[in-house]
Amino acid sequence: MTAFQDSQPAIEAPPPDPAAPAPAEPSVTGGPSVTGGPSVTGGPGRRARLAGPAAFAAVAVVMLVVMPLALEPFRLGLLAKYLCYAIVALGIGLAWGKGGMLTLGQGVFFGLGGYAMGMYLKLHDAGGDLPDFMVWSGVEKLPALWGPFGNPAFALAMVVVLPVVMALLLGALVFRQRVRGAYFAILTQALAAALVILLVGQQGLTGGTNGLTNFFDFFGQDLAADSTQRGLYLVVALVLGVLYLAAWQLVRSRFGRLLVAVRDGEDRVRFLGYDPATVKTLTFAISAGMAGIAGALFVPVVGIISPALLGVVPSLELVVAVAVGGRYALAGAVLGAVVMGYAKTYFSEELPEAWLYLQGALFILVMTLAPKGLAGVAAALRHVRTSRRAAA
Amino acid sequence: MEGVLNQLPIGLSIGAVLLLIALGLTFTFGQMGVINMAHGEFIMAGAYTTYLLQGVGFLVALPAAFVVAGLMGLVLEWVLIRRFYGRPLDTLLLTWGVSLILQQLARDLFGAPNVQVLSPEWLRGGIGILPYNRLFIMALAVLSVVAIWAYQHRTAQGRRMRAVMQNRRLAATSGINTGRVDRLTFFIGSGLAGVAGVALTLIGPVGPALGTYYIVDAFLVVVAGGLGRLRGAVLAALGLGLLNSYAEFWTNASLAKVMVFVVIIGFLQLRPQGLFVLRTRALT
Repeated sequence: MTAFQDSQPAIEAPPPDPAAPAPAEPSVTGGPSVTGGPSVTGGPGRRARLAGPAAFAAVAVVMLVVMPLALEPFRLGLLAKYLCYAIVALGIGLAWGKGGMLTLGQGVFFGLGGYAMGMYLKLHDAGGDLPDFMVWSGVEKLPALWGPFGNPAFALAMVVVLPVVMALLLGALVFRQRVRGAYFAILTQALAAALVILLVGQQGLTGGTNGLTNFFDFFGQDLAADSTQRGLYLVVALVLGVLYLAAWQLVRSRFGRLLVAVRDGEDRVRFLGYDPATVKTLTFAISAGMAGIAGALFVPVVGIISPALLGVVPSLELVVAVAVGGRYALAGAVLGAVVMGYAKTYFSEELPEAWLYLQGALFILVMTLAPKGLAGVAAALRHVRTSRRAAA
Repeated sequence: MEGVLNQLPIGLSIGAVLLLIALGLTFTFGQMGVINMAHGEFIMAGAYTTYLLQGVGFLVALPAAFVVAGLMGLVLEWVLIRRFYGRPLDTLLLTWGVSLILQQLARDLFGAPNVQVLSPEWLRGGIGILPYNRLFIMALAVLSVVAIWAYQHRTAQGRRMRAVMQNRRLAATSGINTGRVDRLTFFIGSGLAGVAGVALTLIGPVGPALGTYYIVDAFLVVVAGGLGRLRGAVLAALGLGLLNSYAEFWTNASLAKVMVFVVIIGFLQLRPQGLFVLRTRALT
C-alpha cells in the first residue's frame, strides 16, 4: 500500500511505485534520503553532462546517414513509419510521462493531421476533378469542407491547427472543471471511438472504412519512387529530431518544471498560485500538435490514412509502447515506439497467432516488473554500476 | 410518432445492458480505483457460457455466467490487480493486456466468426411494441439493482464494502479485511458483467470482440454517474441508453456517438464529478 508515501515532497522524482525495481541503495535508518531513487538524467560531473548530447549526436548520425545506406527501400519505409509513431509517442511522453495526463485518444489528433494531408493529396491527384472514391460513392459536387484543402499552404497549416485547436478546446473544458486522471483517460478514449464511427459513417466525405488512399504525387515527386521514399524518411527523421530537442528544452524550462510539479501534486501547485489547468491544456495541445504532424508525415510514407489507424486500439498501442520504453524519459517514449513497431511487424509476420498473446503478456510483465520501462531498467543498471565503482 | 415509441424499448434495454456492465465497473473503480479494461471480456465470457449451455436451458445460463465471469474477475484481482492499488492508470494498461489475451483465447477456442445463440421459445414475440426479450433484459437489470442495493444496505458484508469505498484506511483500522472485501467486490462486479453477456445473446450474435463494443460506453456511464454510486449508475445508464438510441434515430448512427460525447462533456461542465458525488474532505 502506498498509504503514507504522499507525504514526501516528491516534485522532481516520479511518484514512488511500490513495485518499481528497488534502487540498490541501502536505506540508512533515519538518514536524510528525501530525494531517493536513481535520477534518470545522471549524476553531476562533466562525463554525465556530455553523455546526453553525445548520445543524441550518435543516434542522429545512425538515423540520418547509416540507416538510409544500410537498409533496402522497403525496410527504410518501415522505419519511417515507426518514426512517425515515435513522434506521437514523444507527445504522449510529454503529456503522460511529464504531465500525468493519460491520453488514450492521440489517434484522434494523428487522424486529423493525416486526413488534412490526405485531402490535399487527393485533390492534387484529381487535378480539378472529384477524388476517385467520391465518384464511386456517388458524390456529384465537391463538398464545401474539402474546398480549401486544395491549397497546400492551408492544408499544411491545418495539419497542426486542427489538432491543437481541438485539444485546446477539450483541455479547457475538461481541465478547468478539474476533471482528471482516469476520467480524462476515459473521455479521450470515448473521443477516439466516436471519431472512428463518424469517419466510417460519412462514406462520401471521408472514404469510409477504406479511408483515403491511392496517392501518386507528393509536391511534384512520384510517391512510388525509391528516391522520394528515401527523402521522406530523412524528413521524418529530421522532424522527429527537431521535435525531440524542442520537447527536451520544454521539459528543462520553468514551464517543464511546473508541468512535472502539476503531475506530482496538482493541488499544491494551485495553492502556490499557479493555474494547473493552463499548464495541462497547453501541454495537451502541444502533444496533439505533434500527433497531427506525425499523421501528416505518415500519409505519404505509408500511402493511406483510414479509421482503423486512429481508433481506440492504435491509440492504446502507442501508450503501451511509451510504457514499454519508459514513460518518465522522453527518449524512452521514442525508443518504445520504434521497438514495439518492429516487434509488431516481426511477430505478425512470423507468428501471427501468437502475437496478441505476446503483446498482452508483454504489457502485463512490463507493468508488473518494470513500470518505468526500458529507460527505467537502463537507469537502474547504470545506478548499480556507479555504486559498484564507488564501492571499489 | 410510432417510430419514436418503438425506439423506447430499444433505448431502455440498451440502458439496462449498460447498467449491468457499469455496475461492476463503478464499484471496482470507486472502491479500488481500478480501471478494468478486461471487464468487456467478462461480458464475452458470460455470452459464450450461454452459447455452451444452449441445450441445458436459458435460466441455467444466468447463474452459470455469473459464476464463470465472477471467478475470472476474482482470479484477475487476486493474481494481478491487488499489486496495483494506488496506480489506477497503470491498471488500465495492465488489464488491457489481459483483455487482448482473453480475446485471442476466445478466438482460438470458439473461432473468429460470430456465433448465434437461439433465444428460448418463451422470449420470442412480445406485447405491442414491447418485445419479450427486451422486457426480460430490463427486468434482469431491475433485479440486479435491487439485489445490489439489498446487499450493500442489508448485509454485514455489504456494509463493509461501503465502508471501504468511503474510507479505505479507516475501514482497515476498524478491523475490516479490505483485501477480502476487494476480492468479493471484484467477484460480484465481474459476475454482473457475465449476466450482461447473457442478456446480450438475446439481441445479437456473440463474438470474441463483443465486449469492446460496450466497454467505452459503460465507462462513460461511470463518469457521468459518479464513482461507486448506485443511483448515479442507474440514471446515467438509462440516460445514455436513451440518448444513444434517439440520437441514432433522429440523426444517423455515425453522428450519434459524437453527439453523446458532446453531451457528456457539456454535462461535466455542470457536474464535473458526475451526478452523485461521494462527499469527502480529501483533496485528490
